[in-house]
Amino acid sequence: MSRRDYLLRKFLFSLLTIFVVLVINFMLFRVLPGDPVRSVIGRNVRISAEMQASLREQFGLDKPVFPDQFFATLQQWAGGNLGVSWSLRQPVAEVLMSKLGNTLLLIGLGQVLSIVFGVALGLFAGWKRKTSFDVGSLTFSLIAWATPTFWLGIILLAAGSTWLGLPTGGIVSPQNVGKPLYTVLPDLARHLVLPTLTMTILYLGEYMLIMRSSILEVLSEDYILTAKAKGMSHWQVLWRHGLKNAMLPIVTMIALNLGFTVSGAIYIETVFSYDGLGKLFHTALVRQDYPLLQGAFLLLAVSVIVANMLADILYTTLDPRVKAN
Amino acid sequence: MAESALLRVCNLNTEFIIPDKGPARALEDVSFEVHPGETLGLVGESGCGKTTALMSILRLLPSNARISGQVFFKDVDLFGLSEKQMRAYRWRELAIVFQGAMNALNPVMRVGEQIREAITLHGLMSSSEAEMRVGELLELVGIPKERGAQYPFQYSGGMRQRAMIAMALACSPSVLFADEPTTALDVMVQAQVLELLNDIQQRLGLAIVLVTHDLGVVAEMCDTVVVMYGGKVAEYGPVDVIFNDPQHPYTQKLLESFPDLNEPTDPSTDSRQVLASIPGAPPRLTEIPPGCRFEPRCHVRIEKCKTESPPLMDVGENHLAACHLLK
Ligand SMILES: Nc1ncnc2c1ncn2[C@@H]1O[C@H](COP(=O)(O)OP(=O)(O)O)[C@@H](O)[C@H]1O
Ligand code: SF4
Ligand SMILES: [Mg+2]
Repeated sequence: MSRRDYLLRKFLFSLLTIFVVLVINFMLFRVLPGDPVRSVIGRNVRISAEMQASLREQFGLDKPVFPDQFFATLQQWAGGNLGVSWSLRQPVAEVLMSKLGNTLLLIGLGQVLSIVFGVALGLFAGWKRKTSFDVGSLTFSLIAWATPTFWLGIILLAAGSTWLGLPTGGIVSPQNVGKPLYTVLPDLARHLVLPTLTMTILYLGEYMLIMRSSILEVLSEDYILTAKAKGMSHWQVLWRHGLKNAMLPIVTMIALNLGFTVSGAIYIETVFSYDGLGKLFHTALVRQDYPLLQGAFLLLAVSVIVANMLADILYTTLDPRVKAN
Repeated sequence: MAESALLRVCNLNTEFIIPDKGPARALEDVSFEVHPGETLGLVGESGCGKTTALMSILRLLPSNARISGQVFFKDVDLFGLSEKQMRAYRWRELAIVFQGAMNALNPVMRVGEQIREAITLHGLMSSSEAEMRVGELLELVGIPKERGAQYPFQYSGGMRQRAMIAMALACSPSVLFADEPTTALDVMVQAQVLELLNDIQQRLGLAIVLVTHDLGVVAEMCDTVVVMYGGKVAEYGPVDVIFNDPQHPYTQKLLESFPDLNEPTDPSTDSRQVLASIPGAPPRLTEIPPGCRFEPRCHVRIEKCKTESPPLMDVGENHLAACHLLK
């Protein structure tokens, strides 16, 4: 199978997966308990039966689930219309887009930092195997990997706000809310420190561990001995012959991982009241906002599928052995 | 003779520290010389320390190795150099083609680039000149120069080995170590690679240290032979002397079933089969007996072989052997 056919097949499979996700997504929210109308208007507000009925009609909840609601929903989704959030009374797509930027900022920073430091740490630890540096960073990584997100977030929040005077939550200070972010960069940066640090530490350990085992395997290969025999220094061997070979399996892993970081951000954003998708999803969940939750689930699923696709493309592009086949 | 030697290995001792087992004495007092234009054969059964000897000289052994002795390259003591100084000698003067070189090339780097890298690393030429040289080298070993843009997996086993040879020649080294360069290849390709080595030596006049199992190859290619047994030199001399008048019982056994030098060599006559006909196994390196290392398998051993290690003695012109019977 040529590389193009392979990727095409993967792409079609991704589309199929997305369709399955859509179906599950639709069904899941019809079997969930709770009365959405009640949750929109609040539990204690008195409301007439006619009013309730008209709200149900407005949201399309009076029609049979299948086929009417199902196809109506699919048709809407296909047109990029993810429905209207019950709790925020805004189009779901719009709400999601408005928070996406903030979350991407957090994930982007956190991932770049954890990849750079994790890979570098793993590389040196593997190279300096069995030294105290190796043992130290290995221990740190295992702990970081095993630490629950929520717990680490709270610890860092407490430590950072107490000792460093960093803000405890939000994305900017109250007086700056509503201003374009680029006008309040220093304030934004201060708010980003703790959530970014949390994400960095959480993922760094994992990347370090994979990189370490990968470089250890590579360093035992014959071509590394060839490189040394050529008269290269340890650095040159590591940089020119070790790194790329060791990175190949990791690039794919990282790409796969990226899909899941959106859901990972939910915890962090909740702890730090960070105004992103994660916090939005949390709110949607608490308020039983079906359309918003559906949109959120769709976004999460699609990001995992897209990351998968990306991993496949990277894998077939970076490794000449796969590329040629 | 010592003055003209390119490479002089003097009393090389190499041990591997093995946790809980003590040192494995892989080499003991190994000495030999390599002269310009000479092909030296290093023979002996698997595990007798041939690879270890080459790696010790290049100082490329893993960190559990302890080396002592001296290695002179044109009167420079390689063991006295710093790691940085040593790097200047690797490949530039002493290049190596590894045993089982199937994976000796970086799988994700173009073959031509790997050769070019060796040249520019030692600052021999500019990048563009090196590019030209890579083409020449590939053609020298019979690979079309366009294929330098390909990756190792696009090469057959024989081509990879030839590419390795091209790479080894990149800096015009004084000595080429070839560690069983044909073991992983099929018989036809083996012959091609050996012919190539022979041809290159005629043209470039470099010295070759050829590690091999195959006595036929030794007879055909080598000027001088070092026969090793259990980490020691058993016998050392010119190839015709060794083949016609072997002094050490081990060499004699090796050659016993080997056909006459003047008859065409049969490629299936491999020393491994011959070795199988000597009963017993080589000594364990962690439990070296005090006497002759060959004693447990020797068919002519005498009383003192069990307790005394025989020294390497002159037994003829440029001919040395280590056996108590040769007094
Ligand atoms: N890194 C090492 N650690 C421990 N023992 C080793 C190591 N490398 C080689 N040896 C041992 O040294 C002996 C000589 O090996 P080697 O030089 O590879 O033999 P040959 O090349 O003649 O087959 C063998 O017994 C082998 O097990
Ligand atoms: S010294 Fe003794 S045991 Fe060793 S080869 Fe000679 S005769 Fe055999
Ligand atoms: Mg060997």
